[in-house]
Amino acid sequence: MSSIVSVKNVTKTYDGGFQALKGASLEIQEGEIIALLGPNGAGKTTLISTICGITTMTSGEIKVGGHDIEKDYRAARSLIGLVPQEINLEPFEKVIDTVSFSRGLFGKKPNQEYVEGVLKTLSLGDKMENRVMMLSGGMKRRVLIAKALSHEPRVLFLDEPTAGVDVELRKDMWETVAELKKQGVTIILTTHYIEEAEAIADRVAVINHGEILLVEDKDTLMSQMGKKNLVIELNSPITAIPKALKSYGLTVSEDGLNLTYTYDTKGERTGITTLLTDIQKAGLTFRDVQTSQSSLEDIFVGLVQEDAQ
Amino acid sequence: MNLQAIKVIYKSEMSRFFRTVAQSFLSPVLSTSLYFIVFGSAIGSRIQEVEGVAYGAFIVPGLIMLTVMTQSTSNASFGIYFPKFIGTIYELLSAPVSFLEIVVGYVGAAATKAFIIGMVILGTAFFFVDLDIQHPFAMLAFLILTCLSFALLGFILGIWAGNFEQLQLVPLLVVTPLVFLGGSFYSISMLPPFWQKVTLFNPVVYLVSGFRWSFFGTADVPVGLSLAAIGLFTLACLGFVWWIFKTGWKIRS
Repeated sequence: MSSIVSVKNVTKTYDGGFQALKGASLEIQEGEIIALLGPNGAGKTTLISTICGITTMTSGEIKVGGHDIEKDYRAARSLIGLVPQEINLEPFEKVIDTVSFSRGLFGKKPNQEYVEGVLKTLSLGDKMENRVMMLSGGMKRRVLIAKALSHEPRVLFLDEPTAGVDVELRKDMWETVAELKKQGVTIILTTHYIEEAEAIADRVAVINHGEILLVEDKDTLMSQMGKKNLVIELNSPITAIPKALKSYGLTVSEDGLNLTYTYDTKGERTGITTLLTDIQKAGLTFRDVQTSQSSLEDIFVGLVQEDAQ
Repeated sequence: MNLQAIKVIYKSEMSRFFRTVAQSFLSPVLSTSLYFIVFGSAIGSRIQEVEGVAYGAFIVPGLIMLTVMTQSTSNASFGIYFPKFIGTIYELLSAPVSFLEIVVGYVGAAATKAFIIGMVILGTAFFFVDLDIQHPFAMLAFLILTCLSFALLGFILGIWAGNFEQLQLVPLLVVTPLVFLGGSFYSISMLPPFWQKVTLFNPVVYLVSGFRWSFFGTADVPVGLSLAAIGLFTLACLGFVWWIFKTGWKIRS
């Protein structure tokens, strides 16, 4: 697969001296959904704004569909649809007008049928003639998506698409994204909801303090770093780990009742059988066993904490 | 050239104008009619002819200029400031449009609105006074150039303004006084000699004078000078707009 968006060593220092991006590099493949994950102020929005042309970069190179975003901005921007984080809409305009406006702005000839089609897919079919200010917050967000899709973009940026959106609309939004992916649209979304990235993304990029810490296939990420914990609840407390069990790297809870064993789900041997046998041999008895798998959230928190140290 | 973009910007700006027709259309017509009633009929009847023209008719070009200048400035400045204020500017910045296309769309629409208002005032004037326009084509040319140059000025102000107060500042504190003191309602020959010299530093004098010449064939300053002045002003605004375009001043961070 070829990359449709290529970001190389991009830095951005704002006029006040704040460095929002410190040499970010990222290759986005055509047709994928990539989630940019990071805490508030990590540089997610700055990165998106820079690719889309809203902010200028201090140094580096960005190409969209092979077109340099500065030298060949018309070709590059024609491919991009952007759904901003804030609900920025002219309140007095009609829904259909504001969406048609976006289409024209991107140089596309008027196409009422197409625009209406987009609005219908986003369940805005019966709101076309309404003024924007009459719509609910969720509806306005859909209008923003319709505007971004109005000119048939190949790359869609969604900046925190589900921030402040109720559960139902969020699920709807995810379905829309899945539908767009089917049509071959590349989707880049920023989020700080881990579950969102987990639910819809193919790949995850973690960004913090203006740097891309990691870009990885979501499933690989989950399995590579997804360790499982086995918690063994003992019948009677222990003060120290018996010698025979030292090699397992167990940790004991404060009350001495829980032993935790961490193992790799992808490992050839998990070591659980021998561990349980050895526990019995050491004369310990247990009444319960639990396992838990680390989520993307644990991985993310771990990465961001590592970065802070 | 992204012609579609120019078209939709122009169209959406014009539709705002027709949406707020009472505010953008009736109010200038009403206030000009009041000027005609007060200065033309009530007071004007006691004022002798100015340079052979009845006072009521004499003020027509000045009145049109006054409205056209303030309207094109405020229309254009509001047009580009509003997207900045409500945040929809993101779309202009991320679209495949050049700054030139943005300027043509916004300035073109603002100038068109001001031109329409100017023509409506002219039409209204015929109800109040006897008018005979000696150089109609020159009149139209002066009017269009004024609409365009002041819309450019307004565009610059709209880019510069950081809040609504600043947006009002220049039209209110600079444009209006300059127009009033620029011989809109009097001939500068009526001023004491010293002030006749001072007033020549007011660029509006040249515009009003040239515009009045197209109506009555008489002018305070030579017509060529008037044309040069408005040309220079347009070029200065264009130059500034070009500089904004080059540097991204106040638009792109």
